[in-house]
This record gives sequence, structure tokens and C-alpha cells, in this order.
Amino acid sequence: MAEKTYLQAISDGLREEMRRDKRVFVIGEDVGVYGGAFKVTLGFQEEFGAWRVIDAPLSETAIVGGCTGAAIMGMRPVAEMQFADFISCAWDQLVTVAAKQRWRAGTPVPITVRLPSGGGFSGGPFHSQNPESSFAHIPGLKVICPATPEDAKGLLASAIQDPNPCLYFEHKHLYRRIKAEVPDERYETPFGKARVHQEGSDLSVITWGAMVYTAEEAAQQLDGDGVSIEILDLRTLVPWDKQAVLESVRKTSKVLVLHEDTHTGGFGGEIAATIAEEAFEDLDAPVKRITAPDTPVPFSPPLEKAFIPQVEDVVAGLRDLAEY
Amino acid sequence: MATETAVDVVMPQMGVSVSEGTVTRWLKSEGDQVEADEALLEISTDKVDTEVPSPAAGTVTQILVQEGETVEVGTKLAQIGGASAGNGQAQAAPPEPATAQAAAESEAASSSEGETPTAAQIEETKAPEPPLEPEPAPVTPPADGGTDGKSFVSPVVARIASEHGVDPGQVQGSGRGGRVTKKDILDFIEHGAPVAPELAPEPAAAAPAEAPAEAPAQAPSEAPAPPASPPKPAPPAPPPVVAETGEQLEPMTAMRRGIAEHMRRSLDTSAHVTSAIEVDMSEVVAIRKRLKKEYEAAHGVNPTYLSFIARATVETLREYPWINGEIRGEQIMTRNYVNLGFAVELADGKGLIVPVLKHAEGLNLLGIARGVADIAQRARDKKLTPDDVQGGTFTITNPGGYGTFHGTPVISQPQAAILGTYAVVKRPWVIQDDRGEDVIAIRPIMNLTLTYDHRLVDGALAGRFLRDLRKKLETWDEAAY
Repeated sequence: MAEKTYLQAISDGLREEMRRDKRVFVIGEDVGVYGGAFKVTLGFQEEFGAWRVIDAPLSETAIVGGCTGAAIMGMRPVAEMQFADFISCAWDQLVTVAAKQRWRAGTPVPITVRLPSGGGFSGGPFHSQNPESSFAHIPGLKVICPATPEDAKGLLASAIQDPNPCLYFEHKHLYRRIKAEVPDERYETPFGKARVHQEGSDLSVITWGAMVYTAEEAAQQLDGDGVSIEILDLRTLVPWDKQAVLESVRKTSKVLVLHEDTHTGGFGGEIAATIAEEAFEDLDAPVKRITAPDTPVPFSPPLEKAFIPQVEDVVAGLRDLAEY
Repeated sequence: MATETAVDVVMPQMGVSVSEGTVTRWLKSEGDQVEADEALLEISTDKVDTEVPSPAAGTVTQILVQEGETVEVGTKLAQIGGASAGNGQAQAAPPEPATAQAAAESEAASSSEGETPTAAQIEETKAPEPPLEPEPAPVTPPADGGTDGKSFVSPVVARIASEHGVDPGQVQGSGRGGRVTKKDILDFIEHGAPVAPELAPEPAAAAPAEAPAEAPAQAPSEAPAPPASPPKPAPPAPPPVVAETGEQLEPMTAMRRGIAEHMRRSLDTSAHVTSAIEVDMSEVVAIRKRLKKEYEAAHGVNPTYLSFIARATVETLREYPWINGEIRGEQIMTRNYVNLGFAVELADGKGLIVPVLKHAEGLNLLGIARGVADIAQRARDKKLTPDDVQGGTFTITNPGGYGTFHGTPVISQPQAAILGTYAVVKRPWVIQDDRGEDVIAIRPIMNLTLTYDHRLVDGALAGRFLRDLRKKLETWDEAAY
């Protein structure tokens, strides 16, 4: 075990997969010589060579299309989008080709697309989004949102081994801010198994990614009021751990669904609807959602702060639920 | 004592960030005397609800902000002392326009527009009302904006309530607006409804045939009989109950607690003895077969075996008043009527209730059949009134529906006996044929048991009762019943 940043855990995990499996290669803009926009692949080209760490032209379509072809031919490509926002350029390759290929022809498409996502540092509307729900809506794609360094490594290993296209959302605000123990050996963290970030009995917060820490800070503030809060980190949205969520709801009967993505059509709506369908008789309060509002991500720091759910917002939401 | 100079009562600052407050209730009316620091009104702000003490002693001469109105901190709410505006003198300084307007709008739609009304004018508009009568206190809006949390039952609370047979209305709510939360109802169930067995007539009334003799009015006559008085075990604090692996705990309903207490008390009170007799039901079966169509067509009632037995029992009890009586203190009480209780299992199988057919001595077979059907139905539908389960003088229990042929029921206190009826079974039966010779016939036979309190009823008396009851059933006299 060693303490690593979230970013280091991704980097080490990726390196480990490349060392153990020759089919794994990296492709993206500036991933080679430059070491990637966030230096995740720094030193990779020296170790693995230019044919396994490919600097692609400025075309997300080409990157995802190339990965899809290589995967069909038996490779296990890992694509990097410089920012998750840019994935929209590759929508057609991903959604029309990669996601459907296995259904159309039975051919597995084991590609992993790394998506540095999320805001919190004035990246503005093109460099701060959390577009996970758009892809969670597409059958055939898997959506992964690690929150801890340990999960970042284990879920990346699982994504690379998975026979389906996997969208790996790595939250930029966690890159260097979050540090934790990461096992040295190789391991795979299974998809669809939520992680109890903290146990509690009065309220459940269902969340993922960077919001896990926002929830944790908020929960600490309510600790003094004697309100015990359970935080469930979903880890993956497709598949998502419905059972764990329903179990938590049955225990606490009050639920806050929290995400950094915008409100309408956000994945929180799916969770809230499922709770209403399958745990209605266990609810002691309406399911509450705290999300970003339905606007593009603002550039201005105070506006961005108003946009992304803050600890105070979550505290207020939790208090409201507790008092209900 | 009254202050000569007028003292203003203003909306107090109840915290740094509080800018306004709502008057929720006036504790004094105009014209009332008030002491200094005596509570004058109640206010509500977004931080606290509190009473506002009077800043001075004197007469409440003016109330300027009515209940339900929200005003800025510092707004004048009332005036203590000074000239009473009520006597028509307009000497009081005109209130701040904003307040006056608010008051005027709510109080006097007739106030001329555009003119700042004086206190006197406001008073004048109120003049028709008796000056000392308390404010009609209309609706005080709840502080949280109008939702009545007490009446909303969340899905989980509704489910828990129905699973445990608890009325959420009985639970003290701690949620918003007094709403009953999941925690509230679970606490309520865990710690039990506030039921002290000896003191609470409600759950006891739900127990088998709780009789009016339990009512306090009759308690004195019971007092001089120490042996008969129910034991009063001091309820020890129950030890914490923990479910082991494979075990499951569920709380007792009030009804179950009532049954438990009553059963135990009955066995501790009466000297239970059971006698049984076999009855050839051939006559009843034959008559019932015929009457069934007739009753159902004409009256929509099924003449059940139970109705026949009940009818014959009532008739027999006439001749055995002690069996229809009770021990009261050191005396034996008998009656000229029969209130017949019937033990009825609840639809969920989790309890029983004993509705009572009053004055059964005045009912013929049809009347009894109809009465039994009615109370049994209302028992299953939970539509019985407290009256329906009180006042029984004798009880019939019918566990035979499941095929049992014998049992030893527990007497419903303070009655003297309980009749048990069991399955009608075809048996080889020795009878005499026309020539007086013994032959074996197939006959529908039913066991009847009488469980009686041997303190009052001896075995011989019980035997005679059963014999006579059997005779009535075996030689059913249609004209008489």
C-alpha cells in the first residue's frame, strides 16, 4: 500500500495494464511526447514506445473510430479525451458504431475512453461538464465514475478488461486534491457494486465522483445535530447498484440524490424514479435532488461556485430532509 | 397603577438576522389590565416563537397589529396606558402610517381611502363589537406556511402503521408541522402505546367479552372480596428483548396485550372446570336444511348451527340463572336477561373479539341468526362500537369450524361460564329402533363443552344444564323456537 493521488492511481493503473497485456495501447491528443493534458501518461511513450502511446491528430472522431476498429481486431485500446466535453465530437463513432456493434454483429468492442470531467477551477462551459447521463442513456455503453484513488485504479483495470465500450469519467477536481492508500498489487473493482462511503441511519445520500466529498463534508456539519448520514458512492452508473440504493432507502427512508451534472435528465432522476417505483412504501419524505442548475457551466468563479453544488447547499438540503 | 403616559409595544428584534415577526396570538385584549413583564402576546419569527412581555403596567389601550399579520422589527404593535382610544378621545399619537394602514385594511374596509386613519377612526370601525370580548381569533396561519403536517402520513409511516395496527393519529409527531416521522412511529411501537393494563379500559374492551362489571361504577361492591379481586402484579420493567439468529420480533398490538392480560386474569380469578356432552344433531340438521332455503330467500340470513345452539342455550339459561350470573363481591348476581357473547376471530387471524348480542332472550331463531350474522360481519370489518363488546352475561365460542371436537375455553370475566361448540361429525351411534332394540345408525354428533367457574357452579349443576341443552337440540321444537 502506498498513498497516491487520484491522478497517480489512474496513471499507475494504466501503466500496469499496459505492462501485463500487450493488447492495451493508449491513443489521444498529446498523450505521447507531452504526457497528456493532465500528465496521466507522462513517461509512457519512453516506456512503451510511440506505437503503443499514440499522439493522435486533433480529431476525437478519429480517435474513437480508430479504437473501435482496433478493438474489433482484438486490441484493447484506451483513448484519452483531453476533456470529457470533447466526446461530443465522437458521438457518432461511440453511440452509433461502438455501442451497437456487439448487438449488430456479436463482436465485442473492448474500448476504454478516459474522460477528464467536472468543474471547480473556472474551466468554463467547454472544459467542465459532467456528461455521464447522456451516455448512461445509450444501451451498450458502460459508465464509470470513480471517486477514490483505490477505485480509480481498480475500475480502470475492470474497464480495460470489459468486452464493452466503457466511458471512464475521471473527475479533474479529484486529480491532485484527493490522496489515499492504493494497494500495490493489481486488482479489478467490479462494476455495479456501490461503495458505502460512510454508514448512517437517518438519511441516505446517493452520489458519485467528486460529490462524494462534498457530501462527506456536509455530513460532518450535521454530525453535531445528531443526524446520522449514510453516503453511498455508486462507482458506476451503468450498471448501477440498485439493490444497495434500495437497501439504504429501506434503512433511512429519506434520500438525497446528489450530482454535479445538470438537473434535467441527470442520472439522479433515474435513481429517484427507481426509488419511487420500488421503495415507495419505505419513504418518509420526498426524494430530494441537489444538482447543478440547467445552464452551461459558467466561467466566472463566483458563478461557477453558485452552479456546482456546494457543501452549504448540501447541508441545507440535508437539514430540510432531516426536519421533514 | 396604570401608566399615565402611553408606552408603545413594538415588534422586538429576536436575533441579528431577524427583520420581521408575525403576531400569532394576543394574550390580552383592548381594555385589559396588564402588569409590567406580564406576557402580552405571542410572536413568531423565522428563528423563534416567543412571548412578548408588556413593557409597562397599565391598560391595553390599543392593539394595532392583528393576529396573523407580519410586520417589520420595531413596528408598534400596541399601546399600554395613556388615553384609551376606546372612549372616543383621539389623543393618542397617530400610529406609524404603515402599521395603521395594515390595521385599517384588515379591520375596516370602510376606512376612507387616501386618508391616514387615526387611532380613533380605527376604534370607531370596531365600535359595534363588544369592546371586551376577546378577538374572534380567526385562523392563525401555521408558521411554516400552511401545510398541516400532522395530517400527512408518509408512505413508510402508513405501511408501518398498518403492519402493526397502529393509528398514526395516536403518535406524537416530531416532523415538520407535527408530522409523524418513521422514527416517531417506530419509537411508539417499540415503547408501546401508553397502556397500563389495570387502568386502561380501551384495549381491555377489545379483549374477549369484557363486561361492564369492569367499569369503575361497580368496583366498590367488588372491593370486599379479596379472593376475587384481580391480582395486581406491579409491572416490572420488561427486560430488553433481542432477537437471536433465526428469530424475529414483532410488537404486540394493543388488542393482543388486552387478550393476554384478560386470559391470565381469568385463570387467576375463576376455578375453571370443563364438562362435555355429546349431542345428536339429526333434528337440527334436518330442520336447518329446510329452513336454510326459506331464511335465505325471505330474509337473506343463513340459519347456522351456531344460531340453533345459541337459541337453545338462551332458553336453557332461563332455568339456570347462576350459569348466566356472576360472583360480585360476596354475593351472587343473577339477571332476567341474556346478553350472549360470541368469540369471533379477526380476519387477519391475529386476535379475537367478542361482540355481544343484547337481550337474546327476546329473539327467536331468525332473530338470533340475523344478530349473529350482523355482529360477526361487523367484527370482521372492524365496525363494532365499544357498546357492541360490552355487557355480555354468557359466551359461546365455536372453534369447531376447524374440525376440533373438544376444548377447554377460558371464561370471559366476570361471567360464570362459557359454552364451547365443536365440529358436527358423522359417527356410528347406538339408537333404539321402532321395536325398542339397539341398532347402530350413522348420526351427526357434536360435542358441547361447558367451562364454568366452580366457585359458583358445581359439576352437577353444569351436568344438568348440558343435559337440558342437549335435549332441546335433539328434540327441536320448532313452534317454541
